[in-house]
Amino acid sequence: MLEVRDLVVRYEGATALDGVDLRVGDGEVVCVLGPSGSGKSTLLRAVAGLEPPAAGTVAWDGADLRTTPPHRRRFGLMFQDHALFPHRDVAGNVAFGMTMQGVAGATARDRTDELLTLVGLPGFGSRRVGALSGGEQQRVALARALAPDPRLLMLDEPLGALDRALREHLVDELRAIFARRDRAVLLVTHDHEEAFALADRVVVLHAGRVEQDDDAARVWQHPATPFVADFLGYNVTDAFGARVAVRPEALSLVVDAGSVPAGSVPVTVIDRTFRRDHFRVRVATATGAILDVAVRSATIPDAGTAAHLVLDPAAAIRLP
Amino acid sequence: MKQWPGSRVLTVLAVAVPTLFVAVFFAYPVASILGRGLVPDGHLDLAPLRGVFTDPSLRGVVWFTVWQAALSTALTLAIGLPGAYVLARFRFPGRSLVRALVTIPFVLPTVLVASAFLALGVPRSLGAILLAHVFFNYAVVVRVVGELWRHLDPHEEDAARMLGANRWQVWREVTFPALRPGIVAAATITYLFCFTSFGVILFLGGPTRSTVETEIYRQTTRFLDLPLAAALSIVQLLAVVVLLWLVGRFERHAVPRRLRAAREVERRPRRLGDRLLLAGNLLVMAVLLALPLAVLIVRSLTPPSGFGFGYYRALGELRAGSTLFVPPLDAVANSLRFAAVATVIAVVMGGLAAWAGVRTRSRWLDGVLALPLGVSAVTLGFGFLIALDEPPLDLRGSQWLVPLAQALVAMPFVVLLVAPVLRAIDPRLRDAATMLGASPGRVRRTVDLPIAARALFVAAAFAFAISLGEFGATTFVVRPDAPTLPIVVYRLLGQPGDASFGAAMAASCLLMLLVAVAMLVGDRARAGRLGDF
Repeated sequence: MLEVRDLVVRYEGATALDGVDLRVGDGEVVCVLGPSGSGKSTLLRAVAGLEPPAAGTVAWDGADLRTTPPHRRRFGLMFQDHALFPHRDVAGNVAFGMTMQGVAGATARDRTDELLTLVGLPGFGSRRVGALSGGEQQRVALARALAPDPRLLMLDEPLGALDRALREHLVDELRAIFARRDRAVLLVTHDHEEAFALADRVVVLHAGRVEQDDDAARVWQHPATPFVADFLGYNVTDAFGARVAVRPEALSLVVDAGSVPAGSVPVTVIDRTFRRDHFRVRVATATGAILDVAVRSATIPDAGTAAHLVLDPAAAIRLP
Repeated sequence: MKQWPGSRVLTVLAVAVPTLFVAVFFAYPVASILGRGLVPDGHLDLAPLRGVFTDPSLRGVVWFTVWQAALSTALTLAIGLPGAYVLARFRFPGRSLVRALVTIPFVLPTVLVASAFLALGVPRSLGAILLAHVFFNYAVVVRVVGELWRHLDPHEEDAARMLGANRWQVWREVTFPALRPGIVAAATITYLFCFTSFGVILFLGGPTRSTVETEIYRQTTRFLDLPLAAALSIVQLLAVVVLLWLVGRFERHAVPRRLRAAREVERRPRRLGDRLLLAGNLLVMAVLLALPLAVLIVRSLTPPSGFGFGYYRALGELRAGSTLFVPPLDAVANSLRFAAVATVIAVVMGGLAAWAGVRTRSRWLDGVLALPLGVSAVTLGFGFLIALDEPPLDLRGSQWLVPLAQALVAMPFVVLLVAPVLRAIDPRLRDAATMLGASPGRVRRTVDLPIAARALFVAAAFAFAISLGEFGATTFVVRPDAPTLPIVVYRLLGQPGDASFGAAMAASCLLMLLVAVAMLVGDRARAGRLGDF
C-alpha cells in the first residue's frame, strides 16, 4: 500500500505540492483530479522518486522510501507524452523493464508478445516507435509500463491526446487491465469523465492541496468544497438563499409568465449550446450571477428571453 | 534529479580524466612556452607583452587577425547556411556522396589547399585568404548546422506559417532560434580556425599580411625571439578565452528539443524554387570546393610522360637527393596508424568531457576543453617539443607524441559535435528508463549512449580525418623515419623540380582519398546499424 504523508515539493521557490496526504491500497484504483498547474504531475514524480520532496514521506507498506532510488521502487510510470525510446523498436521498448530485471530470451519475448496482444497491438514488435500513431504510442507506453509488473502503476493523463472514440474504447480496456492485475493504480487527469470512469477513489487537487478525497461516487454526488463543485460542472450559487452546489440537470426554466412557481428566481437567457442529449442554456440572475441549466424540452428559449429558474431542493448540496 | 552516490563518482571521473589529459598534454606544454618566454631568467619580464600593443606594426597584426577572421566567418555563414539547408532537407540522388565530399576541404592540409588555389591562378591577396577560409569552413557550417537542421521538426515552421508569419519571420522566430546552438558552434569553430589560420595566411596573404599565428612562427623560427613569440601566444590565448566565455554566456539557455527522424523531415525538391535553390548551391559547391581539388587531381595525373599514374608510381621509391628518409608511400601506413590511435583517444576523452559537461550543466567545462582548438597547432607542437623532453615526462622519440598531438587537435571537435546531441536528449527518456528499473549506469548505457552513438560516430570520422590531415603540430613531433602524408607533401613541395611537385600532388590525392573514405564510412555506418531517428 502506498502512503504519502504531508508531502511538500518546491520548484525554485514556488510550492508545487503543499502538504499532500494520499493512500493507494493494493487493487485500488485512485485518480488524482485537478486542473493543469494543480501539481498532479509533480505528485507522480515525487512518488516515483524523480523529484526530491522538501518535506513529508512517501512509504510503501510502512517502509519509508526516502533512500530508495527511483529504479528500485518497483513503481511503473506511464508518461503523458509517452517518452518512448526512439532508438529502440516497439518490442525493445516493451522489453526494456524486463531487461533491467535480468529477464531475457524466450521468457521476455513471450511476455512482450502477450502484452502487445493485451494492448491490441499484436505483431507490432519490430516497428519503429516514430512510425506509430498517437494512440499506438499510448498503447506501447502502457505495455512498457506493465511489463516489469510494477507493484504501483502510475499513469499521467493516460488518455490525454486521444480522440473521443479511442478514449472510450481505451477506458474499457484500462478498467479490464486494472481489474485483472489487482495491483495499486494511481492516475492523474484533468478530465473528470476520465477520472470517474476509471477510478474507485478520486482525490481532487487544487493549488498543491487536497480539496477532497473520497469514493468516486461520493465525490461526484457530494462535492465538499465550492472549488470541487465548480470543477465538476456544478453551479455554485447563492441565488436560492444559502450557498449550494446544484447540477444543471436539477434546474428547470419556466418561460410562461402566467404562472410563477414559488421559490423561483427571475432570470434572462444569455445563450444556448447543443450537447449530445440536451441543450445547455446559460442564464443570468438580476444580480448578474450566471448559471447553467440543462434543458431537454422541445422548445429551447432564445437569448434574451425572460424566464423563471426553478430548483429541485432535493438535488441541492449545501456548501461550506 | 537527485544524484545517487555511485553516479557521482562516475561524474567526477568523467570530469577528471579529460581534464587531466588536457592538463598534462596541453596546459603543461603551453605553460612551458610561457615560462620560457615570460620568465626567462627566473624573474617576470612583461616588456614583450607590452610591446604587442605599443608597437604599431604588431598592433596592426593583431587587428588584422581579428577582422579578417570576422569577415571570413560572416562570408562562410552567408554561403554555408543555404548549403546546409539544401543538404539537410532535400532528398536527391548522390546526396550522401555530396555530403562526404563537402567535408573533405576542412580536413585538408592548408599547405596543399594554398597551392591548389595558386595553381588555379588566384593572386595572393585578402580575397584569396577569404576564399580559402570559406573553402575550409563551408563544411563546418554544413555539418554542424545541417545535423541539427536534419532533425528539426518542420511542423514548428508550418505552425508559424499558419499563424501568419512570412518566410522571413519564420526564419527569425522559429528556425533561427532552433538552429542557434548549431550556428553559434559553427561560427565559433570557423572564427577560431580563421583566427589561428597559419598556412593560408603564409601562402596566400603575400609578404605584407601577417596574423598573430604567422608572427609567432616568424618570431620563433626566424628571429628566435622566444619572449615576443610567447607574448603573442598569450594575446592569442586571451582572445580565445574571451571569445569562448562570450559564447558560453550567450548560449547558456539551451532548450532541450525533441528531434524528429530525418526521413520525416526530408523531402524531394519538387517546386521550381526548391530546384533552383538546390542547383544554385550545388553549383557553389562545385566551383568553390570541387574545382581546386579537380585541378589538383588533374595535375597529379599529368606527368610529363603523359596522362597516367607516373607520379603515383614514383611515390613507392626513395629518390636520390630527397629530403625524405623513407619512400613516400610508407607515410600512408603511418598516417592511418597515428590517426587511428588519435581517434580513439579523442573520442574517449571528448565523449567523456561532453557527457560530464552536460551532466554537470557546466559550460565552462566545454570552454576549458575547447581551449586546444583556439591555441595554434604550431604553439602546441612547439610546446610538446620543449616540455615533453625531460622528466617527469620524457617522450622524446616516442611514437605516442604524434597521436597525442593529433588527439588534442581533434578532441574539441568531438566535444562540440557530441555535447549538443547529449543536451538535446529528452530528460523524460532517462526518467522512463529509471522507472522501468534502470540504475543510473544502465540509463547511461541504454539511453544516452545509443542516442549519442550517432554523434560519436560522426565525431570519430571527423577526428580521424582531422588527424590524417593535421600538419602544424605534427611537423614538430614527427620522427623523420615515420612521416605522415601531410609531412611528405610539405617536404616534397619544398624540393625543387616538377617531379617533386607532381609527387606532392599525388601524395595529396592519396590523402584526399583516405579522408573521403573515412567520411563516407562514417556517413554510411550511422545511417545503417544504429537506426535513423
